[in-house]
Amino acid sequence: MNSFQEVISKLKNYWSERGCIIQEPYDLEVGAGTMSPETFLRVLGRKPYRVAYVQPSRRPADGRYGENPNRLYKHSQLQVILKPSPDDVIDLYLASLEAIGIDLRKHDIKFEEDNWESPTLGAWGIGWQVMLDGLEITQFTYFQQCGGIDLELVPAELTYGLERLTAFLQGVDSVYDIEWAPGFSYGDVRLADEVQFSVYNFEMADVPTLWKLFELHEAECRRLLEAFPDSADKARFPVLPAYDQVLKCSHLFNLLDSRGAISVTERVGVIGRVRKLALGVARCRLEQMEGAAPERTAAEVAQ
Amino acid sequence: MSIPFLLEIGTEEIPDWMIPPALENLRALFEDMLKAHSLSAETVETAATPRRLVLHAGGLPERQADTDELVFGPPQAAAFKDGAPTGAALGFARKMGVEVSALEVQQTPKGEYLAYRRKIAGRATRDILAGALPEVVLKIYFPKTMYWTGKGGPRFIRPIRWLVALLANQVVPFEIAGVKSADVTAGHRQIGAPRLQVSIEDYRSMLADNGVILSADVRREKIRSEVGAILAAKSLRLRPDDALLETLVYITEFPTPILGGFDPEFLNLPEEVLVTVMRHHQKYFSVEDEGGRLAPHFIAVMNTNTDRDGLVREGNERVLRARFNDARFFWTVDQRKPLAERVPDLAHVTFQAKLGSYLEKTRRMEKLARKLAKMAKIDAGPAVRAAELCKCDLVTEMVKELTELQGVMGGLYAREQGEPEEVWRAIYEHYKPVGMEDSIPSTVTGCLVSLADKIDTLTGCFRVGLIPSGSRDPFALRRAAQGVVKILVEGKLALPLSKLLGDDEQLREFMLDRIRYYFKEIRGFKYDEVNAALAAGYDDLTDVESRLEALREVRPTENFEPLAASFKRIKNILRQAGFTGGAEVSAEILEAGPEADLFAAFGRLRKRVEGFRKKKQYRQALEAIASLRPQVDLFFDKVLVNAPDPQVRLNRLTLLHKLLSEFSSIADFSEIVTAQ
Repeated sequence: MNSFQEVISKLKNYWSERGCIIQEPYDLEVGAGTMSPETFLRVLGRKPYRVAYVQPSRRPADGRYGENPNRLYKHSQLQVILKPSPDDVIDLYLASLEAIGIDLRKHDIKFEEDNWESPTLGAWGIGWQVMLDGLEITQFTYFQQCGGIDLELVPAELTYGLERLTAFLQGVDSVYDIEWAPGFSYGDVRLADEVQFSVYNFEMADVPTLWKLFELHEAECRRLLEAFPDSADKARFPVLPAYDQVLKCSHLFNLLDSRGAISVTERVGVIGRVRKLALGVARCRLEQMEGAAPERTAAEVAQ
Repeated sequence: MSIPFLLEIGTEEIPDWMIPPALENLRALFEDMLKAHSLSAETVETAATPRRLVLHAGGLPERQADTDELVFGPPQAAAFKDGAPTGAALGFARKMGVEVSALEVQQTPKGEYLAYRRKIAGRATRDILAGALPEVVLKIYFPKTMYWTGKGGPRFIRPIRWLVALLANQVVPFEIAGVKSADVTAGHRQIGAPRLQVSIEDYRSMLADNGVILSADVRREKIRSEVGAILAAKSLRLRPDDALLETLVYITEFPTPILGGFDPEFLNLPEEVLVTVMRHHQKYFSVEDEGGRLAPHFIAVMNTNTDRDGLVREGNERVLRARFNDARFFWTVDQRKPLAERVPDLAHVTFQAKLGSYLEKTRRMEKLARKLAKMAKIDAGPAVRAAELCKCDLVTEMVKELTELQGVMGGLYAREQGEPEEVWRAIYEHYKPVGMEDSIPSTVTGCLVSLADKIDTLTGCFRVGLIPSGSRDPFALRRAAQGVVKILVEGKLALPLSKLLGDDEQLREFMLDRIRYYFKEIRGFKYDEVNAALAAGYDDLTDVESRLEALREVRPTENFEPLAASFKRIKNILRQAGFTGGAEVSAEILEAGPEADLFAAFGRLRKRVEGFRKKKQYRQALEAIASLRPQVDLFFDKVLVNAPDPQVRLNRLTLLHKLLSEFSSIADFSEIVTAQ
């Protein structure tokens, strides 16, 4: 039986052998592996790239105080980016399942239509959820647009839900019963996290403080984005730090949301503010890498 | 000689619901392409699995028929001099590569010209297909397409990974997105060979041997018969679900149903929840026992040939158990906070940016429900209570997870929380009718709450300019309007539309379209009958229905259509005369005979018709009107409307106008299309 950490290391090995850089998780709060700059910024431009990394993903509203066997405030994704996507990308993916001990001839695999979209990131793609014996184990996406920019090379994004996948392999009904390492369950490692962060996110996070932080990070990002066009040496301009500010804003928005602090009328507006920052960073980054700003898409012009 | 052709577009998994229309489109594009190249096939068949779109044509010619083309040279007059060819003629013949004797003379509008009939050999079908197929393939319509080779590359529903194109077993060479056509296909991902060399003859059997059943009909039948066998052995019955069956047919290359089970404990949860989880989230069929009760089993359909070790069954059972556990958790947690306490939470759920939150919508619906109950003369209490609670399930965990259950869940929670049946049932059914096939809510209170919801959506959206155009209807306003019509008519609610919808002209037009659609397409009334009845007003739709039914009954009777033709004639006469009424008929200047007789008959009938109309005895009223036919006929036969004396003329127009306007209040006869 594979422990949680064995599943992770086998998948990392597998993708490492297929030419992927193995990155570490991004060290800021993100809602999904897609938000790591290793995906959001790397998929831009003409430079091929292959990377795989585990990304702990925080979704404050999904927290359940550790009481629900399948729902977590923070879960782990194994994110793989293959840019451009190779012709045999599905075969590669299926072989990765074999690599963690799933005999495909004994299981039922289906690719069910599921197109991914993140309005906040100005990103969308076409793809499937991959079902293994009725369980969704992977989101498979051909990225079409990111940061509002049409992508030159179409990357394939594979996102494995690690807790689900491991629970499936281990035959357990609750994520907390997953064996993380011999002698340690997932619950041993993470239950306190889930409880305390649920309490904080739903009950104790101070709403005025969160708003203040949101505005500070937003202002800092905007300051940088506004300075970019006039900077003398664009190559060393801190676009990547500006993106960190976007991630901060996105996470603060999620926190405010789980506190029920964002009213209906505000909601669309706040999402729009984060989106504007994300789109701005993507444009600057692309210009930085390739020397010229992309054409603005019709959707952007219309805004 | 006629030869067969096979095209297989090998792709990654295409969304199931897009496949049948794509095949139809492929066939049409292929046939159009043949036609454009003066080719035709004796048969064209299509088939598909999620990974391949296939077209098989029989009886194609090897090449186009030869044709000829007339090439014009110099005018005849300049071509010969004294019977001998001139330089112009010789030059033209040389250019055509023939002797002057091979040329002919052609008559044209500009005179006689020397011409040469040049033979054009037909092109080989293979060459034509090679040139035309890429466009045929890439033109197939899909609702949403993608790039895969990069920006600016070809677009298709999913990446194209291989192409088989064989004409009489010769490869038709072409290339799409770097993929070259060949004679190599792929078997099933798990139970077939990844590369299979095929000929037209062995294509299907090679696929069958490699885990791919090409025919959707065969896949469907395989599912049906194997499900039947599995269930018969257990004395269980399937709950048929044709839409789910179609999804499964097009999401598999080799469907194999298996039976799974779940803990009977879960049967304590509402059946609606269990069935929805199985149907929408897991694509399982539900199963019932011989008594029709939901059984603790399900049918899953695999996309592979066997579950020898039972791993797939166990996996699916585990997933379902987790989902049911979730549902049970939601059911318990949701009960901790009654619906009534959730009303304020609706402030956090957006209905529509410009129309505010669901709390605001709820308040509007309560008011509307009160008004509707008053108009329908029933106790407003239950309707208002149901309106207050009906959106509260949007903030329950269950509905956040299983959105399909909105309304139903609210009803179930309301029942658990001790709301009276009239209230909980109205909540349960307030989204009904979901489609034209669906029934309306089963109680008057339910009908009113459903109306309040839909009317609020309609008037609100129209007020802020969210009006459907073409196929764009993001708020499903057509469905809402259709629901309003259906509820009013089938719920026998004689509520005036003008009071429900206000005086928005665009909304009125929009509703009129839906009313017309309902009576024509759903109820099967003829379009001219619908036009006739609606021309006489449509404020009360139950009344429209009664008038239409009367019209349908009276229409085949002897006098009706001829009278309708006469009414049309009257309408034309009045229009030509520019006459809009206003005066009274002066009996003293009526001419004795047909004119006076018509007036007298009209006078007698008018009271009777009015009496019937008041009692809504529309059939009798229409029959009475139709009985006027002999007098009308005689009038037109003998009497000249455009009399020389202007006073007489005016009087006659007045008579006709009275006749038309008095007798058009049930149906405008002149709208009826008659054979005459």
